[in-house]
Amino acid sequence: MYALVDCNNFYASCERAFNPNLRNKPMAILSNNDGCVIARSDEAKVIGLPMGAPIFKWDRFCKENGIQVFSSNYPLYGDMSGRVMSILEQFTPDVEVYSIDEAFIQFKGFENYNFNEYGSQIRTRILKWTGIPTCVGMAPTKALSKVANKIARKFPNQTKGVYVIDSEEKRIKALKWIKIKDVWGIGRGLTKRLKAKGCTTALDFVLLPDDWVRKNFSIVEWKLKKDLEGIPTLQLDEVKTKQAIATTRSFEYTFSDIENIKERISTFATSCAEKLRKQGSSCHIIYVVLSSDRHKKELEQHRASKLVSLTYPSDSSLIISQEAVKAVTSIFKAGIKYKRAGVVVMGLVPTTNHQLHLFESENPKHKPLMRAIDGLNAKYADYKIKIGNQDLKRTWKMRQERLSPRYTTNINEIIKVK
Amino acid sequence: MMLHQSNNLSFFTPEDTNSLGAVFFETGISAGFPSPAEDFKEQRLSLDKELIRNKEATFFARVSGQSMIGAGLDDNDLLVIDRSLEPQNNKIAVCFLDGEFTVKRLKVDKDEVWLQPENPNYPIIKITSENNFIIWGIVTNVIKKV
Repeated sequence: MYALVDCNNFYASCERAFNPNLRNKPMAILSNNDGCVIARSDEAKVIGLPMGAPIFKWDRFCKENGIQVFSSNYPLYGDMSGRVMSILEQFTPDVEVYSIDEAFIQFKGFENYNFNEYGSQIRTRILKWTGIPTCVGMAPTKALSKVANKIARKFPNQTKGVYVIDSEEKRIKALKWIKIKDVWGIGRGLTKRLKAKGCTTALDFVLLPDDWVRKNFSIVEWKLKKDLEGIPTLQLDEVKTKQAIATTRSFEYTFSDIENIKERISTFATSCAEKLRKQGSSCHIIYVVLSSDRHKKELEQHRASKLVSLTYPSDSSLIISQEAVKAVTSIFKAGIKYKRAGVVVMGLVPTTNHQLHLFESENPKHKPLMRAIDGLNAKYADYKIKIGNQDLKRTWKMRQERLSPRYTTNINEIIKVK
Repeated sequence: MMLHQSNNLSFFTPEDTNSLGAVFFETGISAGFPSPAEDFKEQRLSLDKELIRNKEATFFARVSGQSMIGAGLDDNDLLVIDRSLEPQNNKIAVCFLDGEFTVKRLKVDKDEVWLQPENPNYPIIKITSENNFIIWGIVTNVIKKV
Protein backbone atom coordinates (compact mmCIF):
# COMPACT_ATOMS: atom_id res chain seq x y z
CA MET A 1 0.00 0.00 0.00
CA TYR A 2 1.18 3.52 -0.85
CA ALA A 3 0.03 6.90 0.37
CA LEU A 4 0.54 10.37 -0.95
CA VAL A 5 0.46 12.92 1.84
CA ASP A 6 0.06 16.44 0.53
CA CYS A 7 -0.05 19.63 2.58
CA ASN A 8 -2.97 21.88 1.69
CA ASN A 9 -1.88 25.29 0.41
CA PHE A 10 1.41 24.68 2.16
CA TYR A 11 2.94 28.17 2.15
CA ALA A 12 -0.31 29.80 3.20
CA SER A 13 -0.79 27.15 5.90
CA CYS A 14 2.69 27.84 7.31
CA GLU A 15 1.84 31.52 7.65
CA ARG A 16 -1.53 30.68 9.20
CA ALA A 17 -0.01 28.35 11.79
CA PHE A 18 1.63 31.39 13.42
CA ASN A 19 -1.01 33.92 12.52
CA PRO A 20 -4.41 32.28 12.96
CA ASN A 21 -6.05 35.58 11.99
CA LEU A 22 -5.29 34.57 8.40
CA ARG A 23 -7.51 31.51 8.57
CA ASN A 24 -10.23 31.53 5.91
CA LYS A 25 -8.77 34.71 4.46
CA PRO A 26 -7.52 35.00 0.88
CA MET A 27 -3.70 34.90 0.77
CA ALA A 28 -0.98 34.99 -1.84
CA ILE A 29 2.75 34.25 -1.56
CA LEU A 30 5.27 35.87 -3.89
CA SER A 31 8.36 34.46 -5.58
CA ASN A 32 11.90 35.45 -4.62
CA ASN A 33 12.29 39.18 -5.08
CA ASP A 34 8.52 39.68 -4.73
CA GLY A 35 8.04 39.16 -8.46
CA CYS A 36 4.93 37.13 -8.99
CA VAL A 37 2.40 34.95 -7.20
CA ILE A 38 3.70 31.43 -6.57
CA ALA A 39 1.09 30.20 -4.10
CA ARG A 40 -2.50 31.06 -3.29
CA SER A 41 -4.96 30.02 -0.65
CA ASP A 42 -8.23 28.51 -1.86
CA GLU A 43 -9.99 31.77 -1.00
CA ALA A 44 -7.65 33.73 -3.30
CA LYS A 45 -8.23 31.23 -6.10
CA VAL A 46 -11.99 31.71 -5.79
CA ILE A 47 -11.63 35.49 -6.06
CA GLY A 48 -9.75 34.95 -9.30
CA LEU A 49 -6.11 35.78 -8.56
CA PRO A 50 -4.21 33.78 -11.16
CA MET A 51 -1.11 31.70 -10.50
CA GLY A 52 2.05 33.47 -11.65
CA ALA A 53 0.40 36.90 -11.61
CA PRO A 54 3.09 39.62 -11.66
CA ILE A 55 2.33 41.46 -8.44
CA PHE A 56 2.98 44.94 -9.83
CA LYS A 57 0.03 44.39 -12.14
CA TRP A 58 -2.20 42.77 -9.52
CA ASP A 59 -1.40 44.82 -6.43
CA ARG A 60 -4.56 46.89 -6.71
CA PHE A 61 -6.67 43.81 -7.30
CA CYS A 62 -5.26 42.27 -4.11
CA LYS A 63 -5.89 45.40 -2.07
CA GLU A 64 -9.43 45.79 -3.35
CA ASN A 65 -10.26 42.17 -2.61
CA GLY A 66 -8.52 41.98 0.77
CA ILE A 67 -5.97 39.42 -0.40
CA GLN A 68 -3.07 39.32 2.07
CA VAL A 69 0.22 39.18 0.22
CA PHE A 70 3.47 37.75 1.63
CA SER A 71 7.07 37.43 0.46
CA SER A 72 8.20 33.81 0.42
CA ASN A 73 9.63 32.87 3.81
CA TYR A 74 11.75 29.83 2.95
CA PRO A 75 13.39 29.50 6.37
CA LEU A 76 9.88 29.03 7.81
CA TYR A 77 8.54 26.78 5.05
CA GLY A 78 11.66 24.63 5.09
CA ASP A 79 11.50 24.10 8.84
CA MET A 80 7.78 23.27 8.79
CA SER A 81 8.30 20.88 5.88
CA GLY A 82 11.03 19.11 7.86
CA ARG A 83 8.66 18.68 10.80
CA VAL A 84 5.92 17.22 8.60
CA MET A 85 8.33 14.78 6.96
CA SER A 86 9.77 13.57 10.22
CA ILE A 87 6.28 13.03 11.64
CA LEU A 88 5.58 10.85 8.59
CA GLU A 89 8.63 8.76 9.47
CA GLN A 90 6.92 7.88 12.74
CA PHE A 91 4.24 6.05 10.75
CA THR A 92 6.41 4.09 8.31
CA PRO A 93 10.13 3.88 7.59
CA ASP A 94 9.57 4.20 3.84
CA VAL A 95 9.18 7.90 3.11
CA GLU A 96 10.03 9.56 -0.17
CA VAL A 97 10.04 13.33 0.12
CA TYR A 98 8.61 14.28 -3.24
CA SER A 99 8.62 18.04 -2.84
CA ILE A 100 8.58 20.61 -0.05
CA ASP A 101 4.92 19.86 0.68
CA GLU A 102 4.28 16.29 -0.40
CA ALA A 103 5.65 12.85 0.26
CA PHE A 104 4.98 9.33 -0.93
CA ILE A 105 5.04 6.78 1.82
CA GLN A 106 4.87 3.03 1.56
CA PHE A 107 3.42 0.46 3.95
CA LYS A 108 5.14 -2.89 3.80
CA GLY A 109 3.75 -5.47 6.20
CA PHE A 110 0.82 -3.32 7.29
CA GLU A 111 -1.79 -5.71 5.78
CA ASN A 112 -3.90 -5.87 8.91
CA TYR A 113 -4.21 -2.14 9.27
CA ASN A 114 -7.38 -0.20 8.75
CA PHE A 115 -5.90 2.25 6.29
CA ASN A 116 -8.73 4.72 6.50
CA GLU A 117 -8.13 5.03 10.21
CA TYR A 118 -4.33 5.06 9.87
CA GLY A 119 -4.52 7.78 7.24
CA SER A 120 -6.73 9.78 9.51
CA GLN A 121 -4.23 9.37 12.38
CA ILE A 122 -1.45 10.69 10.14
CA ARG A 123 -3.54 13.68 9.17
CA THR A 124 -4.61 14.44 12.73
CA ARG A 125 -1.09 14.22 14.14
CA ILE A 126 0.41 16.54 11.53
CA LEU A 127 -2.40 19.03 12.04
CA LYS A 128 -2.15 19.01 15.82
CA TRP A 129 1.63 19.09 16.07
CA THR A 130 2.39 21.59 13.34
CA GLY A 131 -0.91 23.25 12.45
CA ILE A 132 -0.55 22.19 8.82
CA PRO A 133 -3.64 20.61 7.22
CA THR A 134 -2.98 17.74 4.83
CA CYS A 135 -4.81 15.35 2.54
CA VAL A 136 -3.95 11.67 2.45
CA GLY A 137 -4.62 9.45 -0.55
CA MET A 138 -3.98 5.74 -0.20
CA ALA A 139 -3.92 3.02 -2.83
CA PRO A 140 -2.02 -0.09 -3.93
CA THR A 141 0.20 1.92 -6.31
CA LYS A 142 1.89 5.31 -6.37
CA ALA A 143 -0.07 6.69 -9.33
CA LEU A 144 -3.37 5.60 -7.78
CA SER A 145 -2.45 7.13 -4.42
CA LYS A 146 -1.98 10.41 -6.24
CA VAL A 147 -5.50 10.05 -7.68
CA ALA A 148 -6.88 9.13 -4.23
CA ASN A 149 -5.24 12.25 -2.83
CA LYS A 150 -7.01 14.41 -5.43
CA ILE A 151 -10.34 12.89 -4.38
CA ALA A 152 -9.63 13.54 -0.69
CA ARG A 153 -8.84 17.16 -1.52
CA LYS A 154 -11.79 17.69 -3.82
CA PHE A 155 -14.40 16.28 -1.41
CA PRO A 156 -13.32 17.37 2.08
CA ASN A 157 -16.75 16.91 3.66
CA GLN A 158 -17.26 13.31 2.56
CA THR A 159 -13.65 12.16 2.91
CA LYS A 160 -12.46 14.20 5.92
CA GLY A 161 -9.19 14.54 4.05
CA VAL A 162 -8.47 10.82 3.67
CA TYR A 163 -9.41 8.58 0.76
CA VAL A 164 -8.42 4.97 0.25
CA ILE A 165 -8.71 3.12 -3.04
CA ASP A 166 -8.90 -0.45 -1.80
CA SER A 167 -11.31 -2.15 -4.16
CA GLU A 168 -11.65 -2.63 -7.90
CA GLU A 169 -14.93 -0.76 -7.79
CA LYS A 170 -13.34 2.30 -6.16
CA ARG A 171 -10.43 2.19 -8.61
CA ILE A 172 -12.71 2.24 -11.66
CA LYS A 173 -14.83 5.00 -10.13
CA ALA A 174 -11.75 7.09 -9.40
CA LEU A 175 -10.26 6.63 -12.86
CA LYS A 176 -13.59 7.54 -14.43
CA TRP A 177 -13.70 10.69 -12.31
CA ILE A 178 -10.21 12.06 -12.95
CA LYS A 179 -9.56 13.94 -16.16
CA ILE A 180 -6.59 12.82 -18.20
CA LYS A 181 -4.85 16.17 -17.85
CA ASP A 182 -4.93 15.86 -14.06
CA VAL A 183 -3.23 12.47 -13.99
CA TRP A 184 0.25 12.50 -12.44
CA GLY A 185 2.93 12.67 -15.13
CA ILE A 186 0.62 13.42 -18.05
CA GLY A 187 1.79 16.73 -19.45
CA ARG A 188 0.12 19.10 -21.84
CA GLY A 189 1.58 17.51 -24.97
CA LEU A 190 0.50 14.06 -23.92
CA THR A 191 -2.99 15.25 -23.02
CA LYS A 192 -3.36 16.56 -26.55
CA ARG A 193 -2.25 13.30 -28.11
CA LEU A 194 -4.48 11.25 -25.85
CA LYS A 195 -7.46 13.48 -26.45
CA ALA A 196 -7.01 12.97 -30.18
CA LYS A 197 -7.31 9.27 -29.46
CA GLY A 198 -10.54 9.89 -27.56
CA CYS A 199 -9.12 9.72 -24.05
CA THR A 200 -10.67 12.25 -21.71
CA THR A 201 -10.41 10.37 -18.42
CA ALA A 202 -7.76 8.18 -16.81
CA LEU A 203 -10.05 5.22 -17.39
CA ASP A 204 -9.99 5.83 -21.15
CA PHE A 205 -6.19 5.81 -20.97
CA VAL A 206 -6.07 2.57 -19.02
CA LEU A 207 -8.46 0.91 -21.49
CA LEU A 208 -6.19 1.66 -24.46
CA PRO A 209 -4.66 -1.51 -25.88
CA ASP A 210 -1.32 -2.36 -24.25
CA ASP A 211 0.40 -2.83 -27.60
CA TRP A 212 -0.65 0.55 -28.85
CA VAL A 213 0.60 2.36 -25.75
CA ARG A 214 3.89 0.48 -25.90
CA LYS A 215 4.38 1.39 -29.53
CA ASN A 216 3.33 5.01 -29.33
CA PHE A 217 4.57 6.14 -25.95
CA SER A 218 7.68 5.90 -23.86
CA ILE A 219 8.36 3.49 -21.05
CA VAL A 220 7.28 6.15 -18.56
CA GLU A 221 3.70 6.19 -19.83
CA TRP A 222 3.69 2.42 -20.02
CA LYS A 223 4.66 2.20 -16.38
CA LEU A 224 2.09 4.81 -15.48
CA LYS A 225 -0.63 2.79 -17.24
CA LYS A 226 0.31 -0.33 -15.29
CA ASP A 227 0.34 1.65 -12.06
CA LEU A 228 -3.14 2.99 -12.77
CA GLU A 229 -4.28 -0.55 -13.48
CA GLY A 230 -3.33 -1.33 -9.91
CA ILE A 231 -0.10 -3.17 -10.70
CA PRO A 232 2.71 -1.52 -8.69
CA THR A 233 5.32 -0.52 -11.24
CA LEU A 234 6.61 2.78 -9.91
CA GLN A 235 8.69 2.30 -6.80
CA LEU A 236 9.56 4.70 -4.04
CA ASP A 237 12.46 6.76 -5.20
CA GLU A 238 15.43 5.24 -3.49
CA VAL A 239 17.64 8.22 -4.15
CA LYS A 240 17.10 10.37 -1.11
CA THR A 241 19.30 13.21 -2.22
CA LYS A 242 18.53 15.79 -4.84
CA GLN A 243 19.59 15.28 -8.43
CA ALA A 244 20.30 18.92 -9.15
CA ILE A 245 20.68 22.09 -7.14
CA ALA A 246 19.95 25.46 -8.63
CA THR A 247 20.46 29.03 -7.52
CA THR A 248 19.03 31.52 -9.97
CA ARG A 249 17.95 35.07 -9.35
CA SER A 250 16.74 38.19 -11.07
CA PHE A 251 18.89 41.17 -10.25
CA GLU A 252 17.47 44.29 -8.70
CA TYR A 253 19.08 46.32 -11.47
CA THR A 254 20.41 45.33 -14.83
CA PHE A 255 24.16 44.82 -15.16
CA SER A 256 26.22 45.44 -18.28
CA ASP A 257 29.64 45.02 -16.72
CA ILE A 258 31.39 41.72 -16.34
CA GLU A 259 32.66 42.44 -12.81
CA ASN A 260 29.23 42.64 -11.25
CA ILE A 261 28.06 39.56 -13.09
CA LYS A 262 31.13 37.60 -12.06
CA GLU A 263 30.42 38.55 -8.47
CA ARG A 264 26.80 37.39 -8.66
CA ILE A 265 27.72 34.11 -10.34
CA SER A 266 30.39 33.46 -7.76
CA THR A 267 27.87 34.04 -4.99
CA PHE A 268 25.32 31.69 -6.58
CA ALA A 269 28.00 29.06 -7.15
CA THR A 270 29.10 29.32 -3.52
CA SER A 271 25.53 28.84 -2.42
CA CYS A 272 25.19 25.73 -4.61
CA ALA A 273 28.45 24.34 -3.23
CA GLU A 274 27.22 24.89 0.31
CA LYS A 275 24.01 23.01 -0.42
CA LEU A 276 26.06 20.20 -1.98
CA ARG A 277 28.19 19.88 1.14
CA LYS A 278 25.08 19.91 3.30
CA GLN A 279 23.60 16.88 1.57
CA GLY A 280 26.98 15.17 1.20
CA SER A 281 27.10 15.38 -2.59
CA SER A 282 29.64 16.52 -5.15
CA CYS A 283 28.81 17.62 -8.66
CA HIS A 284 30.19 16.69 -12.03
CA ILE A 285 28.44 19.38 -14.02
CA ILE A 286 28.08 23.10 -13.61
CA TYR A 287 25.51 24.90 -15.71
CA VAL A 288 25.54 28.68 -15.92
CA VAL A 289 22.77 30.83 -17.40
CA LEU A 290 22.77 34.52 -18.17
CA SER A 291 19.93 36.47 -19.68
CA SER A 292 18.67 39.96 -20.42
CA ASP A 293 15.26 41.25 -19.40
CA ARG A 294 12.84 39.57 -21.77
CA HIS A 295 10.04 41.91 -20.71
CA LYS A 296 11.95 44.88 -22.09
CA LYS A 297 11.49 44.10 -25.76
CA GLU A 298 12.96 47.41 -26.85
CA LEU A 299 16.39 46.41 -25.56
CA GLU A 300 18.76 44.06 -27.30
CA GLN A 301 18.10 40.56 -26.04
CA HIS A 302 20.72 37.98 -25.19
CA ARG A 303 20.32 34.69 -23.44
CA ALA A 304 23.18 32.27 -23.18
CA SER A 305 24.16 29.31 -21.13
CA LYS A 306 27.17 27.12 -20.73
CA LEU A 307 27.64 23.70 -19.30
CA VAL A 308 30.97 22.82 -17.77
CA SER A 309 31.96 19.26 -16.96
CA LEU A 310 34.49 18.74 -14.24
CA THR A 311 37.04 15.99 -14.63
CA TYR A 312 36.37 14.99 -11.06
CA PRO A 313 33.35 15.67 -8.85
CA SER A 314 33.71 18.58 -6.48
CA ASP A 315 31.90 20.20 -3.58
CA SER A 316 34.47 22.94 -3.11
CA SER A 317 33.20 26.51 -3.26
CA LEU A 318 36.54 27.52 -4.76
CA ILE A 319 36.42 25.07 -7.66
CA ILE A 320 32.73 25.50 -8.44
CA SER A 321 32.93 29.25 -8.23
CA GLN A 322 36.06 29.40 -10.37
CA GLU A 323 34.55 27.22 -13.11
CA ALA A 324 31.23 29.05 -13.03
CA VAL A 325 32.97 32.42 -13.37
CA LYS A 326 35.05 31.10 -16.28
CA ALA A 327 31.88 29.86 -17.94
CA VAL A 328 29.99 33.11 -17.51
CA THR A 329 32.93 35.11 -18.84
CA SER A 330 32.87 33.03 -22.00
CA ILE A 331 29.18 33.69 -22.70
CA PHE A 332 29.11 37.34 -21.62
CA LYS A 333 28.39 39.80 -24.42
CA ALA A 334 29.30 43.45 -24.04
CA GLY A 335 26.54 46.03 -24.38
CA ILE A 336 23.73 43.83 -23.10
CA LYS A 337 21.73 44.79 -20.03
CA TYR A 338 21.59 41.55 -18.07
CA LYS A 339 18.74 40.97 -15.66
CA ARG A 340 18.98 37.36 -14.61
CA ALA A 341 21.61 34.75 -13.92
CA GLY A 342 21.84 31.34 -12.41
CA VAL A 343 24.06 28.44 -11.50
CA VAL A 344 22.84 24.84 -11.54
CA VAL A 345 24.96 21.95 -10.36
CA MET A 346 24.11 18.50 -11.69
CA GLY A 347 25.49 15.03 -12.06
CA LEU A 348 25.63 14.61 -8.33
CA VAL A 349 27.47 11.79 -6.60
CA PRO A 350 27.93 11.02 -2.94
CA THR A 351 31.09 12.80 -1.82
CA THR A 352 32.51 9.65 -0.23
CA ASN A 353 32.74 7.87 -3.59
CA HIS A 354 35.37 10.20 -4.95
CA GLN A 355 37.52 8.52 -7.49
CA LEU A 356 41.00 9.85 -7.45
CA HIS A 357 42.46 11.03 -10.67
CA LEU A 358 46.18 11.00 -11.16
CA PHE A 359 46.60 14.15 -13.22
CA GLU A 360 44.01 16.47 -11.85
CA SER A 361 42.95 16.36 -8.32
CA GLU A 362 41.40 18.76 -5.92
CA ASN A 363 43.82 20.32 -3.57
CA PRO A 364 43.33 18.25 -0.40
CA LYS A 365 43.44 21.45 1.60
CA HIS A 366 40.02 22.43 0.24
CA LYS A 367 38.21 19.97 2.42
CA PRO A 368 39.23 21.30 5.84
CA LEU A 369 39.01 24.83 4.46
CA MET A 370 35.40 24.32 3.40
CA ARG A 371 34.57 22.76 6.73
CA ALA A 372 36.01 25.78 8.50
CA ILE A 373 34.15 28.24 6.26
CA ASP A 374 30.84 26.41 6.70
CA GLY A 375 31.37 26.30 10.44
CA LEU A 376 32.13 29.99 10.73
CA ASN A 377 29.27 31.03 8.48
CA ALA A 378 26.85 28.91 10.47
CA LYS A 379 28.10 30.39 13.72
CA TYR A 380 28.13 34.03 12.78
CA ALA A 381 25.33 33.95 10.18
CA ASP A 382 25.22 36.60 7.49
CA TYR A 383 28.18 35.12 5.60
CA LYS A 384 31.24 36.57 7.25
CA ILE A 385 33.62 34.52 5.13
CA LYS A 386 33.50 34.88 1.41
CA ILE A 387 35.79 34.19 -1.44
CA GLY A 388 37.65 37.06 -2.97
CA ASN A 389 35.47 37.57 -6.01
CA GLN A 390 32.37 37.93 -3.89
CA ASP A 391 31.56 41.47 -2.86
CA LEU A 392 32.19 41.65 0.87
CA LYS A 393 29.56 44.23 1.65
CA ARG A 394 26.98 42.58 -0.46
CA THR A 395 24.66 39.90 0.77
CA TRP A 396 21.42 38.67 -0.71
CA LYS A 397 19.73 41.79 -1.83
CA MET A 398 16.45 40.10 -2.29
CA ARG A 399 13.45 42.28 -2.34
CA GLN A 400 11.28 40.93 0.45
CA GLU A 401 9.01 43.72 1.46
CA ARG A 402 6.24 41.59 2.86
CA LEU A 403 8.22 38.97 4.72
CA SER A 404 6.66 37.33 7.75
CA PRO A 405 8.87 36.54 10.78
CA ARG A 406 11.07 33.44 10.82
CA TYR A 407 8.98 32.03 13.68
CA THR A 408 10.86 28.75 13.99
CA THR A 409 14.44 29.53 13.07
CA ASN A 410 15.27 32.90 14.61
CA ILE A 411 14.94 33.49 18.33
CA ASN A 412 14.27 37.20 17.81
CA GLU A 413 11.31 36.51 15.54
CA ILE A 414 9.30 33.97 17.55
CA ILE A 415 5.65 34.62 18.39
CA LYS A 416 4.78 36.99 21.25
CA VAL A 417 2.17 36.00 23.83
CA LYS A 418 0.43 38.35 26.19
CA MET B 1 43.28 -0.12 -17.32
CA MET B 2 46.22 1.66 -18.86
CA LEU B 3 45.78 5.38 -19.26
CA HIS B 4 48.94 6.83 -20.67
CA GLN B 5 52.27 5.59 -21.81
CA SER B 6 55.48 7.42 -22.44
CA ASN B 7 58.92 6.02 -23.14
CA ASN B 8 59.74 5.36 -19.56
CA LEU B 9 56.48 5.33 -17.71
CA SER B 10 53.06 3.69 -17.89
CA PHE B 11 50.21 5.13 -15.92
CA PHE B 12 47.31 3.10 -14.61
CA THR B 13 44.09 4.40 -13.07
CA PRO B 14 43.42 2.95 -9.65
CA GLU B 15 40.55 0.53 -9.19
CA ASP B 16 37.50 1.95 -7.51
CA THR B 17 36.53 -0.53 -4.83
CA ASN B 18 33.57 -0.45 -2.53
CA SER B 19 35.50 -1.81 0.38
CA LEU B 20 35.48 0.30 3.50
CA GLY B 21 39.10 -0.54 4.10
CA ALA B 22 40.63 -0.92 7.51
CA VAL B 23 38.69 0.07 10.60
CA PHE B 24 40.06 3.07 12.43
CA PHE B 25 40.03 2.91 16.22
CA GLU B 26 39.64 6.41 17.44
CA THR B 27 40.99 5.72 20.88
CA GLY B 28 44.20 4.33 19.46
CA ILE B 29 45.87 1.23 20.72
CA SER B 30 48.40 2.00 23.31
CA ALA B 31 50.98 -0.32 24.73
CA GLY B 32 50.89 1.42 28.10
CA PHE B 33 48.34 1.59 30.86
CA PRO B 34 44.76 2.04 29.52
CA SER B 35 42.97 5.23 30.50
CA PRO B 36 40.78 4.41 33.49
CA ALA B 37 38.39 7.24 32.56
CA GLU B 38 37.60 5.82 29.10
CA ASP B 39 34.93 3.41 30.37
CA PHE B 40 33.11 6.11 32.27
CA LYS B 41 32.76 8.65 29.48
CA GLU B 42 29.21 9.97 29.25
CA GLN B 43 27.32 12.29 26.95
CA ARG B 44 27.45 15.98 27.84
CA LEU B 45 24.29 17.44 29.28
CA SER B 46 21.97 18.86 26.67
CA LEU B 47 19.30 21.44 27.43
CA ASP B 48 17.52 20.43 24.25
CA LYS B 49 17.16 16.95 25.67
CA GLU B 50 16.00 18.26 29.03
CA LEU B 51 13.48 20.77 27.74
CA ILE B 52 12.19 19.25 24.53
CA ARG B 53 10.30 15.99 24.58
CA ASN B 54 8.89 16.17 21.08
CA LYS B 55 10.97 18.26 18.72
CA GLU B 56 8.53 18.12 15.79
CA ALA B 57 5.80 19.67 17.93
CA THR B 58 7.93 22.12 19.93
CA PHE B 59 7.84 25.86 19.30
CA PHE B 60 9.07 28.88 21.23
CA ALA B 61 7.32 32.08 22.23
CA ARG B 62 8.26 35.25 24.06
CA VAL B 63 6.14 36.49 26.99
CA SER B 64 4.94 40.04 26.76
CA GLY B 65 3.27 41.54 29.83
CA GLN B 66 2.64 40.71 33.46
CA SER B 67 -0.52 38.60 33.43
CA MET B 68 1.22 35.39 34.52
CA ILE B 69 3.86 36.64 36.98
CA GLY B 70 2.29 34.52 39.73
CA ALA B 71 3.19 31.40 37.76
CA GLY B 72 6.75 32.62 37.25
CA LEU B 73 6.21 33.87 33.71
CA ASP B 74 7.70 37.34 33.49
CA ASP B 75 7.86 39.84 30.71
CA ASN B 76 10.41 38.73 28.08
CA ASP B 77 10.71 35.15 29.33
CA LEU B 78 11.09 32.43 26.74
CA LEU B 79 8.40 29.75 26.66
CA VAL B 80 8.82 26.19 25.41
CA ILE B 81 5.53 25.04 23.91
CA ASP B 82 4.60 21.49 23.03
CA ARG B 83 1.68 21.30 20.62
CA SER B 84 1.38 17.53 20.90
CA LEU B 85 0.21 17.62 24.54
CA GLU B 86 -3.51 17.46 25.27
CA PRO B 87 -5.00 20.53 26.94
CA GLN B 88 -6.01 19.76 30.52
CA ASN B 89 -7.40 21.57 33.52
CA ASN B 90 -4.66 23.56 35.29
CA LYS B 91 -2.16 23.39 32.45
CA ILE B 92 -0.66 26.63 31.21
CA ALA B 93 -1.51 27.07 27.56
CA VAL B 94 -0.73 29.42 24.72
CA CYS B 95 -4.09 30.28 23.21
CA PHE B 96 -5.22 32.33 20.30
CA LEU B 97 -8.07 34.52 21.49
CA ASP B 98 -9.88 37.02 19.30
CA GLY B 99 -6.93 37.88 17.13
CA GLU B 100 -4.09 37.65 19.68
CA PHE B 101 -1.86 35.08 21.27
CA THR B 102 -2.21 34.88 25.02
CA VAL B 103 -0.74 32.67 27.74
CA LYS B 104 -3.02 31.68 30.64
CA ARG B 105 -3.83 28.82 32.95
CA LEU B 106 -6.65 26.64 31.63
CA LYS B 107 -9.63 26.07 33.88
CA VAL B 108 -11.91 23.43 32.46
CA ASP B 109 -15.17 22.85 34.30
CA LYS B 110 -17.65 20.41 32.78
CA ASP B 111 -18.32 22.16 29.49
CA GLU B 112 -16.98 25.57 30.39
CA VAL B 113 -13.50 26.88 29.67
CA TRP B 114 -11.91 29.75 31.58
CA LEU B 115 -8.56 31.43 31.09
CA GLN B 116 -7.07 32.31 34.42
CA PRO B 117 -4.30 34.89 34.71
CA GLU B 118 -1.83 34.61 37.60
CA ASN B 119 -1.94 38.25 38.58
CA PRO B 120 -4.75 39.74 40.69
CA ASN B 121 -4.81 42.83 38.48
CA TYR B 122 -6.02 40.86 35.47
CA PRO B 123 -9.54 39.53 35.00
CA ILE B 124 -10.40 35.88 34.50
CA ILE B 125 -11.76 35.28 31.00
CA LYS B 126 -14.71 33.04 30.23
CA ILE B 127 -14.60 31.53 26.76
CA THR B 128 -17.93 31.54 24.95
CA SER B 129 -18.99 30.54 21.49
CA GLU B 130 -18.70 34.21 20.55
CA ASN B 131 -14.93 34.05 20.96
CA ASN B 132 -12.53 33.15 18.22
CA PHE B 133 -10.56 30.71 20.35
CA ILE B 134 -7.85 28.11 19.70
CA ILE B 135 -5.69 26.29 22.21
CA TRP B 136 -2.42 26.54 20.30
CA GLY B 137 -0.08 24.56 22.55
CA ILE B 138 0.83 23.63 26.10
CA VAL B 139 3.66 25.43 27.89
CA THR B 140 6.19 22.94 29.28
CA ASN B 141 9.06 25.17 30.39
CA VAL B 142 9.92 28.76 30.96
CA ILE B 143 13.45 30.04 30.42
CA LYS B 144 14.45 33.32 31.97
CA LYS B 145 17.51 35.54 31.92
CA VAL B 146 18.83 36.43 35.34
